[in-house]
Amino acid sequence: MSEYTLREMMTIAAVREINDGDIVFCGTGISMLAAMAAKHISAPDSFIFFETGAIDSKLEEVPLAVGDPRVMYWTAVNGSLADAFATMQNRFTGRQVVGIMGAAQIDIYGNLNSTSIGDYHRPKVRFPGSGGACDVASFVNRTIIFMSLEKRKFVRTLDYFTSPGWIDGPEGRKKTGLPDGGPSVVITNMGIFRFSSDSRKMYLDSYYPDVTPDRILDNMEFVVDVVDAVPTRPPSDNELQILREKCDPQRLIL
Amino acid sequence: MGASHTKVIDLKSAIETYVPDGAHISIGGFTINRNPMAAVYEIIRQHKKGLHLYAHSNGQGVDELIGAGCVARLEIAYAGSGRFAPTCIRFRKAIERGDIGFEDYSNYQMTLRFMAGAMGVPFLPTRSGLGTDLIRQWGFQKTERQNDIKLPDEKLVVLDNPFGTWADTPKVVLVPAINPDVTIIHVQKADADGLSRINGLPFVDVEQAKASRHLIVTCEELVDTDELKSDPDRNQVPPFCVDAVVHVPWGAFPTACFGRYDYDPAYLNHYKQDAADDIRYKKYLQNFIYGPETHEQLLAKINPAQLDAIRADERTGYATGLDRR
Repeated sequence: MSEYTLREMMTIAAVREINDGDIVFCGTGISMLAAMAAKHISAPDSFIFFETGAIDSKLEEVPLAVGDPRVMYWTAVNGSLADAFATMQNRFTGRQVVGIMGAAQIDIYGNLNSTSIGDYHRPKVRFPGSGGACDVASFVNRTIIFMSLEKRKFVRTLDYFTSPGWIDGPEGRKKTGLPDGGPSVVITNMGIFRFSSDSRKMYLDSYYPDVTPDRILDNMEFVVDVVDAVPTRPPSDNELQILREKCDPQRLIL
Repeated sequence: MGASHTKVIDLKSAIETYVPDGAHISIGGFTINRNPMAAVYEIIRQHKKGLHLYAHSNGQGVDELIGAGCVARLEIAYAGSGRFAPTCIRFRKAIERGDIGFEDYSNYQMTLRFMAGAMGVPFLPTRSGLGTDLIRQWGFQKTERQNDIKLPDEKLVVLDNPFGTWADTPKVVLVPAINPDVTIIHVQKADADGLSRINGLPFVDVEQAKASRHLIVTCEELVDTDELKSDPDRNQVPPFCVDAVVHVPWGAFPTACFGRYDYDPAYLNHYKQDAADDIRYKKYLQNFIYGPETHEQLLAKINPAQLDAIRADERTGYATGLDRR
């Protein structure tokens, strides 16, 4: 087995969550790289799509923002924000969308904060805000969440509730009036979490080489079930080769 | 139409005429793309105060207006400038210091708010935001809203679907319309009467343009009407929406303008460093904005080789191979 980096591991973990036919909503950075790699590895008939309205962009160069002119080149359709979010809210196309997102804080039900830490009106730390995150999390069938595993990020209570996950359990979204669907996986720098279909609570699905479930729990403010966790399957030579040679040859993200 | 109908004026006059202190304003573009930066810099140069700014994800322009002290209140979905500022720097400082009033929405909510304004309805529904603090946390409180005829009395309203279970939707979130006093967009081509064409993604520019009482269009190229009317499917804004047309080549600089030039990584990296420090930021304002009297003079301060490097490749619409570190 080849050597690989943590970022490569995380990217490949996301690639494995993308199925053929998915419409992949992504931001920039590692989420976009995962969407690009999925087209070469597991899901040749998936579509990359950005909240700015670009559908199926030919990403010859890595965009540094979702408003980067690089997302506008050789697309199927250059729509608008109104089109992009309608695609996700749409009761047919929205079911095909898998959203990739990140946040500053996450709770046990996969609800996210990307707004601020401390009091909302006079925060200790201010982040950029929802952007399209709340929209994606509200609408789409499935989301993949990237997080760095730290105690201040995996919290019991969010400082600000920006984007809905499973809210407070199996009936949470229904009671709230949200469409079906919700977070499916949380990919971190130490392991991968999923959500129980009964309780909708996060549990540890797998952990990376050189990491133990106990060390993972030490980095979280809340406790999750780890009994069924297994070692994560490392990236294969083929996955790594495609990621390195076809998706990010200049190593701008990796 | 003869030349008497021209709406072409200079940028200084356009800002003097349509952007009074305290105006409710929105600007086009998205993060580091097609912000009407020449107009933003002219607003700063004229020391406009007390603006009420509506933004979805209009990154760089929003950050500079806030940094220069032009903004009193902000309604916003996202303040980031891609890799150059994951959170816009002067925005973050202003909020953490309590310098400006602010209220958070999502990008779709802001988009629909402009769309409602453009359509002439008081609100539009969406399923985005149910159960979140976007609904629970208000930046502007009830009394402030009731005492200000330019603010709706409520932030967002949750409504049971009045059509029962139609479309399998039990509840919707109503977002209130926005009708800014003035919107400024930057486009690739316009004619003297304001007919406008955007190349590349239009973002929310068209909804913002149509929602607004007044509209200033700044353009890379001022062209004959016939050139635009010979290919009408590609035009977005009709002349009757437009109050002023300003010809400003490089008018989105240092943000990108698809098919014309890329964002300038050198400028944005310098900005990032200057914005992080109050003293350096004052010097930045002096050197780059108050010092030059026009956008042309600001551009003259940029290394010509760098301007050349960010020129768009005809094939891709951006500067292929540009050093973006």
